[in-house]
Amino acid sequence: MISIRDIHVTFGKATPLENHVLKGIDLDIPKSQFVTVIGSNGAGKSTLLNTLSGEVSVDQGSIVISETDCTKLKTHQRAKWIGRVFQDPKAGTCENLTILENLSLSLQRGEKRSLRNFANSNQVEIFESRLRTLGLGLETRLNDKMGLLSGGQRQAISLLMATNKPCDLLLLDEHTAALDPKTARFVMELTEKIIAEQQLTALMVTHSMRQALDFGDRTIMLHAGRIAFDVGFNERQNLDVPDLLRLFEKNQGEAISDDSLLLG
Amino acid sequence: MSHIAFFGAIEIGLIFALVAFGIFISFRILDFPDLTVDGSFPLGAAVSATMIVNDINPWIATLCAVAAGCAAGFITAWMNVRLKILNLLASILTMIALYSINLRIMGKPNVALLGEETLLTPVENLGLAYYLVSPMTFLVVVLVILALLSLFFRTEVGLAMRATGANPQMARAQGISTSFMIYLGMAISNGLVALGGALFAQSQGSADVTMGVGIIVVGLASVIGGEAIFSTRTMLLSLIACLLGALLYRLVIAAALNMDVMGIEAQDLNLITSVLVALAIVLPGAKSSLKSLLVKN
Repeated sequence: MISIRDIHVTFGKATPLENHVLKGIDLDIPKSQFVTVIGSNGAGKSTLLNTLSGEVSVDQGSIVISETDCTKLKTHQRAKWIGRVFQDPKAGTCENLTILENLSLSLQRGEKRSLRNFANSNQVEIFESRLRTLGLGLETRLNDKMGLLSGGQRQAISLLMATNKPCDLLLLDEHTAALDPKTARFVMELTEKIIAEQQLTALMVTHSMRQALDFGDRTIMLHAGRIAFDVGFNERQNLDVPDLLRLFEKNQGEAISDDSLLLG
Repeated sequence: MSHIAFFGAIEIGLIFALVAFGIFISFRILDFPDLTVDGSFPLGAAVSATMIVNDINPWIATLCAVAAGCAAGFITAWMNVRLKILNLLASILTMIALYSINLRIMGKPNVALLGEETLLTPVENLGLAYYLVSPMTFLVVVLVILALLSLFFRTEVGLAMRATGANPQMARAQGISTSFMIYLGMAISNGLVALGGALFAQSQGSADVTMGVGIIVVGLASVIGGEAIFSTRTMLLSLIACLLGALLYRLVIAAALNMDVMGIEAQDLNLITSVLVALAIVLPGAKSSLKSLLVKN
């Protein structure tokens, strides 16, 4: 259970470039719900995600994850509850570290790191079996540097890393946007499979209305720092992209001007 | 080159291997360009020499020197992490401050250790040839440190430190306190450099406030030179490359000074070092672009 209360975020406060990005977001996500978030550029999607992960601190409001108030906690302190996959495949993994080292890092997320050896044979076996489920042949390449892999392979491993430990909230930040359509589909299917298997609570930001409707149980649209609409599973079944546009116009009294939202 | 000059070069090379390990941790692991070393090297020398002339056990004196170096690294890290001062600038500030601190510690610009009991005294009494005493002792010290560092980078904490330098955002998302890792890494790094300074003072018989000038360049020459020549596929190999780089650098310098090539004299040392570092940085890139040029034709 995630509950977000009246969150405000301002960048560059008290400067000529002051930018009030989030203007009071209220959101409750029940356990095991998969929410997709859409919105045009500058709507505040990424800021919302960064606020949840702790990279951005809030002016006011509160964030409660699994009955713990994490509003004031730093990123690494919240990491025990939050798994995250970044938009840029380079951001979610370390290219100078091997696949094994990257996966090992994720095993102590939210735990105290000790002076034990970071990968024992038991863990290596677990990694190999998880990598085998990807069907990319990566289980034989544990000692290869991450930088040698393609964007899609790195994103798939990012996803494994985010979900190696049980998490209360999985954040997906347009994690297929930088991939080609075929790879994007593969990563999206993998995402759905992992979320279903582990019954994860997930928040996925996307730039594409199509993707927002095709995946998850609930769709939220952000516009100018507020929630423009919020449609649940039953409501959403009969909706198509044009319906979303009408819904947006009705709620906001203006038409959407961002082409990329419609094309994706 | 006479064998005395050869072992002299090895001796200094081994000391600079410690400096190279320190610089490897700051520059390579943490991606933190750290010039504190120009201050923490003489700091290690000043602390150990001052304590030794005050009749304190050389082991304790050397340990205190390491602790002082750790503190210097910690202060640089603190200025960067807490005060948000640019990493390079923070390290320059500590380096400059340490010049005054070193003068305060010694009470004068230099301290002589002639006739004092040092870490080397017990080894001298073993009856080895005098020119072998320091190289043998330092070889043991360097190999022990190399093994410890190699083991450390295999631990969960060591891996977290590597991730901190390689991708801080991802490290935080995996629950790693990047601030803590910078404190820890910078303390270890400057502790090693101060150990180098302490051993240098004890083998050369004096500590001098100006002995730190250009240490960063010599250390970088060892790290970059080692990486250019030897394999860096694993952490252990990278550390060995630092050690061999430091030894090689000293041998090349000793050879150049001995063979009287192109009229090179001792005062040209820093100029040669800078040229060597620049070459070591440029050459690997030039090699691959030359290769691609040849393949194209």
